[in-house]
Amino acid sequence: MPERPVADRPMIEITNVTRSYGAFKALDDANLVIREGEFFSLLGPSGCGKTTLLRMIAGFDNPTTGTIAVDGQAMEGIPANRRPTNMVFQSYAIFPHLNVEQNVAYGLKRLRLDSAEEKRRVEEALGQVSLNGLGKRGATELSGGQRQRVALARALVMRPKVLLLDEPLSALDKKLREQMQVELRRLQQAVGITFVLVTHDQYEALAMSDRIAVMFGGRIAQVASPKEIYQRPVNRQVADFLGGMNFVKAEIVEEQGASLVVDTLGFGRIKTDKPKAFVRNGSGATLGIRPERLRVLWDDSSAKFEVSGKVVERHYFGEITHLIVEIPGLEKPLSVTETNDFGADDIPVGSSIRLAYDPEALVALAD
Amino acid sequence: MSGLRRFLPGRSWLGAYAAIYVGFLYLPVVFLPIFSINTAATPKFPLSGYTLKWYEELPHTPALLDAAWNSLVVGISASVLATTLGILAARAITRYRFPGRRTINGLIMAPLVLPEIIVAISMLLVMLQLGLSLSLFTVVLGHVLICIPYSMTVLISGFEGFDRSLEEASADLGESAFGTFRRVTLPMVMPAIISSLLVSFTISLDEFIIAFFLTGTEATLPIYIWGQLRFAAKLPGVLALGTLLLVLSFVMLSIAEVLRRRAARRTSNEGGLYA
Repeated sequence: MPERPVADRPMIEITNVTRSYGAFKALDDANLVIREGEFFSLLGPSGCGKTTLLRMIAGFDNPTTGTIAVDGQAMEGIPANRRPTNMVFQSYAIFPHLNVEQNVAYGLKRLRLDSAEEKRRVEEALGQVSLNGLGKRGATELSGGQRQRVALARALVMRPKVLLLDEPLSALDKKLREQMQVELRRLQQAVGITFVLVTHDQYEALAMSDRIAVMFGGRIAQVASPKEIYQRPVNRQVADFLGGMNFVKAEIVEEQGASLVVDTLGFGRIKTDKPKAFVRNGSGATLGIRPERLRVLWDDSSAKFEVSGKVVERHYFGEITHLIVEIPGLEKPLSVTETNDFGADDIPVGSSIRLAYDPEALVALAD
Repeated sequence: MSGLRRFLPGRSWLGAYAAIYVGFLYLPVVFLPIFSINTAATPKFPLSGYTLKWYEELPHTPALLDAAWNSLVVGISASVLATTLGILAARAITRYRFPGRRTINGLIMAPLVLPEIIVAISMLLVMLQLGLSLSLFTVVLGHVLICIPYSMTVLISGFEGFDRSLEEASADLGESAFGTFRRVTLPMVMPAIISSLLVSFTISLDEFIIAFFLTGTEATLPIYIWGQLRFAAKLPGVLALGTLLLVLSFVMLSIAEVLRRRAARRTSNEGGLYA
């Protein structure tokens, strides 16, 4: 299935939004534009303000200052029941006294459609989430995955402009969660509705989103595509939150416009892009390189850029092996993940190895 | 289990103990219906014969019918009032966090363990101080007081764990606050409300001490029964009436318990985060 193009038209505009509880700011001056038809994720640890932001878009909470607009319309003073958004709750919030069909038709009842049309839309929504034929099933007789689908159908049947998802997969086991990630993405591509997903699971965000906003402590740290977020994190916090990262100390040699030339003990002189949020603080800097961007060099093979060191730990993970390698000059040993195709799982602890790297993979990180 | 069994004096002893225990609890209750269908007027073994005449006489006793009517009026009034007040209090206690929440909860539950005769005397004093003349109305007030703890116990178990996101989901799907109350909140807590009404009604129906102190000239069923006990010849009739009350109470409390459990099951939003 080809990717559905994202329109360059704003669907949600969040402008200078702050939410304070007394002296505590759950959300601090957030600015964000989510485009029409986009699968957008708000990613961050618990307490970062992502759920607060989602609930303000839904209308369950209001900004202390700032404005939220959906499809060009300011949402101030509009209660949740009159917003063009629908939500999939973390607990799913399936009405336990209604069956699947009645749950899905709940919001339609207010539209006073004729019964054939209502039935058709309910069937369509159940089809979209692969729950055909389960309409008469009681809400309490459903499995976790089915409850999740009912919650989705119940929201989708309203044909919202924006579908809000509050950690919808966190209650599912790993296998079902991974399956639902694929399905959710497929569904979003099929219906073309703007999805806003809140999650603390970086893999979930990376796998499903067109773009991701990474949030810490009530602030948005970076907004970018999954690939850019992963490969070019703006600062240490973002880099650390999304998967493993080796941090390498460096000395700034010179700044050349948008580039930075640094010296490291292990990797020598590196020229790298200067991160947007970079603030020079003396001559020190931090570089980062992902564990999988370091490749083990076998026997007499060589690479243009390589470092050598000693394996101090080895951890086996089935398809990959995780090595901890001490490099002379580096204060912390490097994490290396290597696929097991060539026998990385047999490298003895204590042996010397050489690692190849691409200088491009070393990125400068703001603190 | 096997560790525990070593300290027990054998299974047969345990079984015998359980049988005696249950017998002690329910044997007196069983005598009531047995003697109520005995032809002799005195409750004595051996039974002299089987009859339903004591039951047949009941509807032909005007004083009894008056008392039954009074009990019905008091029971319905007290249960509706106690449940209404109980709903408000239970909702507040289960939904909101406010200072003194536990204390208030404790105070509402206190009549459950206060000596009933003391409560009755205190209420009598208060009513007289207020200048209220004793009537069925004062009995209703007294019964509301003792019904509320029972009503609250039932309602809190029904309201507790009511997932707030259910109401949010309803609003999110376009429903107004009133519509949400009608379509989500009420149907979910209804079994608990009916259960509370049944429990309160049963408590009021069987209650003697407070009714005895607070009623004027109008008797409720327990007061009528107490009055009849002075006449030995009336005893079989009282036993028949008592049997009916017993059955009615048992049936209503059973229904109430079934409903309470259903409400508690409904409100705890199974699956999801807390699965």
